[in-house]
This record gives sequence, C-alpha cells and structure tokens, in this order.
Amino acid sequence: MTTKPKKNGKDAEILLSIRNLHIEGQSDDEWHEIVKGVNFDLHRGEVLGLIGESGAGKSTIGLAAMGFARPGCKITEGDIMFDGVNLFNATENDKRSLRGVRISYVAQSAAASFNPAHKLIEQYSEAPVQHGVMDEKTAHEEAINLFGKLQLPDPHTIGFRYPHQVSGGQLQRAMTAMAMACKPDLIIFDEPTTALDVTTQIEVLAAIKDIVHEYNTAAIYITHDLAVVAQMADKIIVLRYGEVVEEADTRKMLSKPEKAYTKSLWAVRSLQKKEKPSDDILLEMRNVDASYGGDVKVLKNVSIKVPKQRTVAVVGESGSGKSTAARAITGLLPPIKGEVLFKGETLPAALKDRKADDLRKLQMIYQMPDTALNPRMRIRDIIGRPVQFYLGLSGKQRDERVSELLNMIEMEPNQYVDRFPSELSGGQKQRVCIARALAAEPELIICDEVTSALDQLVAEEILKLLQRLQDELELSYMFITHDLATVRAIADEIVVMLQGEVVEQGLKTEILTPPHHEYTDLLLSSVPEMDPDWLEGLLKERAKKKPTIQLAGN
Amino acid sequence: MSDQLEEDARSADAVAIPLADRDWKRDAWRELKKAPFTAKFGLLVIVSYVFVALFAPILTPYGESEIVGSEFDVWGDKFILGTDNLGRDMLTRLIYGARNTLGIAFLTTMLAFIVGGGLGLLASILRGWVDQVLSRIIDIFMAIPVLIFALVLLTIFGSNVQNLIIIIALLDSTRVFRLCRAVGMNVAVMDFVEVAKLRGEGLPWIMFREILPNIMPPLVVEFGLRFCFVFLLIAALSFLGVGIQPPTADWGSMVRDNATLITYGDITPLLPAAAIALLTVGVNFVVDWFLHKTSGLRDDH
Repeated sequence: MTTKPKKNGKDAEILLSIRNLHIEGQSDDEWHEIVKGVNFDLHRGEVLGLIGESGAGKSTIGLAAMGFARPGCKITEGDIMFDGVNLFNATENDKRSLRGVRISYVAQSAAASFNPAHKLIEQYSEAPVQHGVMDEKTAHEEAINLFGKLQLPDPHTIGFRYPHQVSGGQLQRAMTAMAMACKPDLIIFDEPTTALDVTTQIEVLAAIKDIVHEYNTAAIYITHDLAVVAQMADKIIVLRYGEVVEEADTRKMLSKPEKAYTKSLWAVRSLQKKEKPSDDILLEMRNVDASYGGDVKVLKNVSIKVPKQRTVAVVGESGSGKSTAARAITGLLPPIKGEVLFKGETLPAALKDRKADDLRKLQMIYQMPDTALNPRMRIRDIIGRPVQFYLGLSGKQRDERVSELLNMIEMEPNQYVDRFPSELSGGQKQRVCIARALAAEPELIICDEVTSALDQLVAEEILKLLQRLQDELELSYMFITHDLATVRAIADEIVVMLQGEVVEQGLKTEILTPPHHEYTDLLLSSVPEMDPDWLEGLLKERAKKKPTIQLAGN
Repeated sequence: MSDQLEEDARSADAVAIPLADRDWKRDAWRELKKAPFTAKFGLLVIVSYVFVALFAPILTPYGESEIVGSEFDVWGDKFILGTDNLGRDMLTRLIYGARNTLGIAFLTTMLAFIVGGGLGLLASILRGWVDQVLSRIIDIFMAIPVLIFALVLLTIFGSNVQNLIIIIALLDSTRVFRLCRAVGMNVAVMDFVEVAKLRGEGLPWIMFREILPNIMPPLVVEFGLRFCFVFLLIAALSFLGVGIQPPTADWGSMVRDNATLITYGDITPLLPAAAIALLTVGVNFVVDWFLHKTSGLRDDH
C-alpha cells in the first residue's frame, strides 16, 4: 500500500508497522501456526478493517498489535513496530505502560468484559488514574464529557450505574468511551457491534466513527460483516487461514475486488428468492398471549400464519418476542390466552399433553449448534435417535436412514457418523442439527436464528441447503431472524414484531417496498449497505425527521 | 460453492483426531505415559491396594482372626510385623483389613452416588417443587454433623456391616446430591436437553443419556474424594467401636486395639493409620490429575 490518507492536509506518519508476523496456537498439546507471515502498515488517524471468517486470525492479529497473545497462543516471529517500539521483544513493563494509554482495546461482548461489581465510571477511571494520566476527579469529568459525545443518555448520571443497569448498545458505547479515556493513538475494535441489533448497531457505529475522527485516532476494526467495515474503514485487509488475501482502499476493494475469495465474500449478499403466495395454512397462532410469570406479557395478542411449503420470516430485535413465539408454538411456554392450530386442529397448549406424532411434525433448529448438540453423543446417535423414537427403526435400518440423512445434508456418512460434535466445524454442526430435525420427517421446522452464529459463506450454504430441502421435502419454515439479508434470501412472507406485538405481516415484497410501518422502516433502513457513504447519508436523513418510536433496548 | 464445503471439512479434519487413532486402549496408554509422576504414583498405590485386597487369602501367612502367638509379640521372622493385643498376626490383619475397609468403603460410595446422583439429576431436570422438597430435606440432613449423626443412627439400628453401609451411604449421598444438582442444572438448560424434551423423551433418557455423560468428569473426581471421606469415616467409627465389628479385621479398630503399644514407643499401631493415609494420598493424586485433564487446565499459565 502506497496511498496514504490525507489528514490535516499533510501525509500522516506510520504509527504501527507489522512485518512478517507469525503466531502459533496450541491445540491437542501441539502447536499450529495460525498466523502465517502477515504484513501491514497503519498511519496515524487511519482506520484499517480486518475481515475474514472465524478462524482466519483476525482477533489474534488485532491482539498482537498490542503485543499480546491469548493464553495458548504465542507470537513466534516478526516485528510489531508501534511508534518506534518493537512490541515483539518489549518487556512486559514497557508494554504495560503503552496499553490503555496509547493503545486500547474494545472487546466484542461489552457485557462480558465489564466487571459487574463496579460502576461504569469507576472502571472508566481505572486506566487513566493507574497510568497517572489524570487524577480521579478529572477522569470523572472527562468521562461525562465522552459519554455525552458518544450520545449516551444522561451522561452525568449514567456512569454511576452498574453494567447490568444499561442496555447492550449503551454498554458497548461506554466501553468505547473507556478505550478513549487516555486519548490513545490506536484503538483495536474487535467486532464491537456483532452482538447488537441492527437499530442499535447504527448508533454505536456512528458514535465510534465520530469520535475516531475527532481525536484523529488510528483504529483496527475487526469484523466479519462487510457492510459494516465499508462504513468504518479507510482500507481493508481480507484474511483467510492466517494469511492476507487482499489489501486495498475501501472504495477500490468494494468496487473492484481482485481475488476470487474476496469476490465470493462480496457475492454472498446476492442470494435472493422469488416469493410464492399461498393460502393453504399449515400452522396458525391465534391471538396468543404469553408470559414468563408475573404481570409482564411477552407476547400480546400475537397471530401468525404459516402456509404449507412456504417460509415465514419473523423479524424484530432482541426482546421483541420472536423466540418466545416459537416457544409458545412448541409448547415449551404454554400460552395464557389464545391457541395454536396445526392443519386446522388445536394443539394442546403444554408440551407434555401433546402426542408423539404432533411433536414429530414440528421440529426446531437452534441458533447455537454448539449447545444444540450433545457433546457426548456421536453423530450416529444424534441423528439416529429421532429415527428410532418416531419411526421405530432400529439396527441396520436405522443406520441406513442416518446415512441417507447425512447424504441429504451433503456430508459423507462414512466419514462423519462416528464423530463427536466437537470434531465438526460450525457449519457442519448446523447441518447435523438440520439432519436431526429432518430425521423426524417433520412438516414444519422452526429455525431460530440458525445462521447468525455462522460465517457469511457458511451461512449462505446453510440457507441454500434449507431452500433445497424445502423444495424436495415440501417443508414449511418459520424463520426467526434479525438479519434482513437472510430474510431477502429465503422468505415468502414476513412478520415484523416489536415489543411482543405483531407490527406488520404480509408477503415479502409488500413489506419490503414502501410505504412501511414506521418501525419496519427503521428496521429496514438500519441494515448496513455495501456503500461507504451509506452511514453518513442515513444519519443526515434521520436527523431531518425526529424519531418518534421507542426502541426496546433504550 | 462445493469447494467451500470441502474447506469446511478440511478445517474440521485438522482439529479432529484421525479416525484410525480412535482406539481407546491406545489413547488411554498414551495419556498414562504423559501423566505426571504423582499421578503414576497414585495409580500404583491404588492398583497395589486392590491387588492385595483381591488376593488377601493367598498373600497372608495366617487366618484373619486366628490366634497364632502371644499378645503384642515383637517384629521378627515368625511374625514380620509382630502380633496384636490378642496374639493375631499383624501383617495378616493388615492385609485382610485392606479387603474389608476398601470393599465396604467402595460399596458405600457407590450406593451414595446412586442415591444422591439420581435424586440430584432428578432435581436438576424437574426443578420446581420436586427440587424444593428434596433440597430442603437434604439441607436438614446436612445441618447435623456427619460423625454424630452416624453414631446416633448406628446406635439405634445396631452396628452391623449392612447398617453401616446404608447409613453412611445415605449420609454421604446428601453431598453427592448437592454437587450433582448444581452441575446438572448447568447442563439441563442447554439447547440439546430442550431438543430431547421437545422430541418427547422420557425422564430416564434425559437423565442418563443427555445429562449424565456431560457431568461425568466432576462426578468421577467427587467419587475419588468421597471414597476417601467414607473410608476415613468408617475407620473413625471403627476406632470408636461402632464401625466394623470384631473379629473382622479393620484398620480403624486395629489402631484402637493396639493403641496401648504407643506408650511403649512401638510404631506398630500406626501401621494401619499409615495404610489409610497412603491410600488417601494416592487417590487424591489421581483425582487431581484427572481434574486437570478434563478441565483443560494447563501448566504453563
């Protein structure tokens, strides 16, 4: 890279220079190379986007930029020059004097990174006071100032709350404020918005972008979301298997990617399906109210219809009641009012009252394949059990059926039947979950955020597989998701939920084309696009009209 | 996109153990060779105790309660470790003691785990009032010191081997219940348990197929520790005279019977105590190693 970003009218100097970086990680008592000779430069005030799938080494490289390796990893070779200091062989003391003051880090899950026992402002002040940059009183004043800049509500008082008393988006902004406390030269953002809803994500992105510009801070922005990186970064590095695939300025990278892998990443979002209307209703939720005890209703008068052999996408942010709707349908959370009809017949409300055959027809696939598969069971038994349980097959017949199912999900039976889930990749685990659902020969599958824990390429494969299976096996899907790209790819109909109520329901094109309900509009317009100017344009537009809608998270 | 799938598979292969190496015997042997010295020592101790316990009649020069010499004979050629207060061979008694004490302790611990573990699993899955009732009853039991409670119950029901096993097992099962319920609850909220419930599986399947295999490591470790506690408790009860009854050889009562010798500076009464101590240390070494292996702890950080 030779083009330097122009800041303050002159060429910025190089702040961080990484050369020939090699990092090894330990698994099964052996060391494997996980970062294989990475080089890059970062100028003062520049934002570098690191993208790639999980396991590509993004976070490891990000941490290495602070001279840090996670437990079980070690930096074996290379130079990490940060403003004249080589962090590769700097002493622990030297590194400590840099960290928090000149380099800071924003972790993916702010909720897990804050100490729940201390108030936000105490945690904020720790680094500047410890490093002797300022005394506690100034730190508190600075904190209030920064909280205001990051558009946190009530900046004067919010710092005196505990982490569990603020929402996820606010916590993530508080963490960004904490990273900015000492006005560092470099901040490493490790997927700061991945755990957030789209509507909250926008606020955090805008806040980060503003503050980084204002203080002329250099940043490394790690993410697997291309549209997000397009908003944030001046240049992008695409990583795969610990190696740099491609490096270019953001605009060039987006318009003219050169390598095949980069192109395939870019192409993921193009998956689209043409909707097919249908009136043949398979499952119906009629005026359902549900609650987890207490007076608060999580579902309020919810009615959803799922037609036969169609996909209904249920969208909404966290807390909107989408997953609760699924629990009400399956009987895990019996509704307190209303009913669930399957093929026109009312299903018993509680799970234990339902017949095995009712259970068979209605299967579920979960968000986290890691926790949805029993780690102590082999694939043979995981898929074989529903075959045996519902269809009464055993022995050789059962094994044959398991092989058939594995072929159906495009996994080689002989290679996989005897494995444990931990010996599969994330995408394969989700495939096994699909096979387990198929083993029951269901009519409706409820998919609860099935792709959100997966990398984009893998997620696309899973969506294609689900699409194919729907056509072959005449399945109906109820697809719970917050990702609108997924919705575009797979849905026939869309149900928009907000705070336990159905806001809008209809065919995909009806919902996706204006005029929208106010909330649908907010949701749709918050999905990042692959255009570097999108965020600024959107914020300008939103500033014009006053928001009138109250979000669940705030 | 099929090449993506292959990549997917390949990256999984890299972390997976090659299928050919799946032989558990070879795996176990490899782990054993890598085990630290303490664990090997502990295993050696346990194996030799079990060996001695199994082949007690062959290894002993005399019968278990046979009076073969004068009282408190000194160490010598005829009686390697001397004789006890009734003139029975000390070595013979020690070896039979391994058999009795170990066997009873093992049976007791097993029973404690079956009862406590079963109820604990039940409470962790059913929750609600089942959990409340069980937990509160267990709380009451745990409020009474074990040794005193055991003494009282043994006095009421009479001190024979059968009562001893049942009473200690029930008292110890309270501890197992607490552990099993706590670790079981962590697993019971996982999605795969919900999948099983949605499938319509019965309680036994969820207990023994979904949850139990996932909480085995802490249970195995607890088994090792509980075994030691039970062992010590039996020895203590025997020392107090309500445990294993004479003439059955038992390490606890052997200490008591020969305690007078200590005043003469003879260490013979301490031998059964040393036997107890050695086994306890050995079991703990093995348990530590196992805990270390299954919890993924590493030495270097």
